[in-house]
Amino acid sequence: MHEIATAATDWDAIREDFPILREQAHGHRLIYFDNAATSQKPRAVLDALHRYYEHENANVHRGLHTLSSRATEAYEKSRQRVADYIGAASADEIVFTRGTTESINLVAQAWGGKFIRGGDVILLTEMEHHSNLVPWQLLAERTGARLRFVPVRDDGTLDLEQFPSLLTPEVKLFAFTYISNSLGTINPVAELCEKAHNVGALTLVDAAQSAGHLPINVQELGCDFLAFSGHKMCGPTGIGALYGGAEILNSMPPWHGGGEMIVSVALEKSAFKKAPHRFEAGTPNIAGAIGLAAAIDYIERIGRPAIFEHDSQLACYAAEGVSELPGTRVFGPIKERGALVGFVMDAAHPHDLTTFADQYGLALRGGHHCNQPLMRRFGLSGTTRASFYFYNTTEEIDRMIEILHAAVRFFS
Amino acid sequence: MSTEIEELYQEVILDHSRRPRNFGDLADAAVRVHGDNPACGDEIHLGVKFDADGGLQDIKFTGHGCAISQASASLMTMKLKGKSQAEVMEMLRAFHELVTDEMSEAPKTLGDLRVMRGVRRFPQRVKCAMLAWRAVEQALEQGAGEATVSTEPA
Repeated sequence: MHEIATAATDWDAIREDFPILREQAHGHRLIYFDNAATSQKPRAVLDALHRYYEHENANVHRGLHTLSSRATEAYEKSRQRVADYIGAASADEIVFTRGTTESINLVAQAWGGKFIRGGDVILLTEMEHHSNLVPWQLLAERTGARLRFVPVRDDGTLDLEQFPSLLTPEVKLFAFTYISNSLGTINPVAELCEKAHNVGALTLVDAAQSAGHLPINVQELGCDFLAFSGHKMCGPTGIGALYGGAEILNSMPPWHGGGEMIVSVALEKSAFKKAPHRFEAGTPNIAGAIGLAAAIDYIERIGRPAIFEHDSQLACYAAEGVSELPGTRVFGPIKERGALVGFVMDAAHPHDLTTFADQYGLALRGGHHCNQPLMRRFGLSGTTRASFYFYNTTEEIDRMIEILHAAVRFFS
Repeated sequence: MSTEIEELYQEVILDHSRRPRNFGDLADAAVRVHGDNPACGDEIHLGVKFDADGGLQDIKFTGHGCAISQASASLMTMKLKGKSQAEVMEMLRAFHELVTDEMSEAPKTLGDLRVMRGVRRFPQRVKCAMLAWRAVEQALEQGAGEATVSTEPA
């Protein structure tokens, strides 16, 4: 599927692009394995933010002066860059948001508020991040709709045998994650979208863990909505995007009211712009959008097929190493995993392990990873997670295994 | 090995986390408090029985969590058994200061609990250390029946 040789990529040189990787923590060289929470930023993105504020900063869209034109052009060019990056047919199908969470809330409120009625079903999965669960719970409470869940099997994959019986005509939306942030499971998005469409349901894909890791083409996937965050893919925090098909976006009412999103305003009533501007009330995160476009440029120079292959190799290498530690259980699929490994150790609770690792400069994450129902499904309160990106190395994973061995000795 | 980590996980703490004392259900408890730390999923179920003067005649706990929360609960139950309510509240205050205040002198009255002082260097772990204490505080406030308490205010 992703068969581009990575031999040409100089991964060591790429590390030099990330100033923060030279940081130390507790007197040790930083090993940053918390990329599923947020990625680090290359110099190119930091420079783009700096350049914008030094040379282009102004409010967008209605200004008639030079700087405003520059800012507007840069902002809208960024929208086109995002559209191209995920294979959208038009930049009008890209709404800038604060991130994945806001993108999903936008759909739940604007689309859900108009089209969901009591008795309708929103189909989710047991592996959803709270950001793709709680907005639907709120919608269900408001409308009387019901939530239904595709179960997760012991191996961390979705139980697709249950899928046909869950996918009834009452299902109006199937919202699911591309890559699980706890298990690393990669879901068969195109297949799931096709099946959902067969019963007339729309589909929303949570691409938070995939947008910076593998090639995405929304038209090939066939999804109706796709949500992702800039900060998990080398971009700044506070910027992300919602993709929605033009027809669907324009069928939705606004969700936030204010400037930028109107055609005309009278005291009693206003007329609204078309998508995407209908959904961008107020001054947007201009610098963030420009930073996100710079992040996309950076990622595209390396190439997502190469990144995917590199990250998957790291994840499989780590999963193998961790599983050989005494009294350790690794979660998620053995092959074909996203760039992370979640595990529990008999010797130490995830929080003790994470505190211990931090003393050696190793940044892990311990806890429920905003996946409480999934943790319960596996009879856990939390796991320890190591998550990777293209600037991580097998040497760093070897060092992690050494540190985990030391933790077993310390806590046993 | 870093000294900070050794100070946090002193041998006494590791011992109590591996073999917690007063661990189990208190059959004739007057009040039961279910405490949780939603940030990490740690849970404690605390049972307390009072004597005629309202002092803590017996106290036991069950639950699961990190070494810090388990050891803190275990050490706390050992320390509080037989104490008056006023003494418990004073210890709660002193313990909170011990695990949060860099300048705290760790009063001798805290006894064994002073091994928890390493927590003050790890602000993210204060809630782990305080979970059992929040539960006992709630038990005194409630006096009888069942109650819940969380380290995150709802």
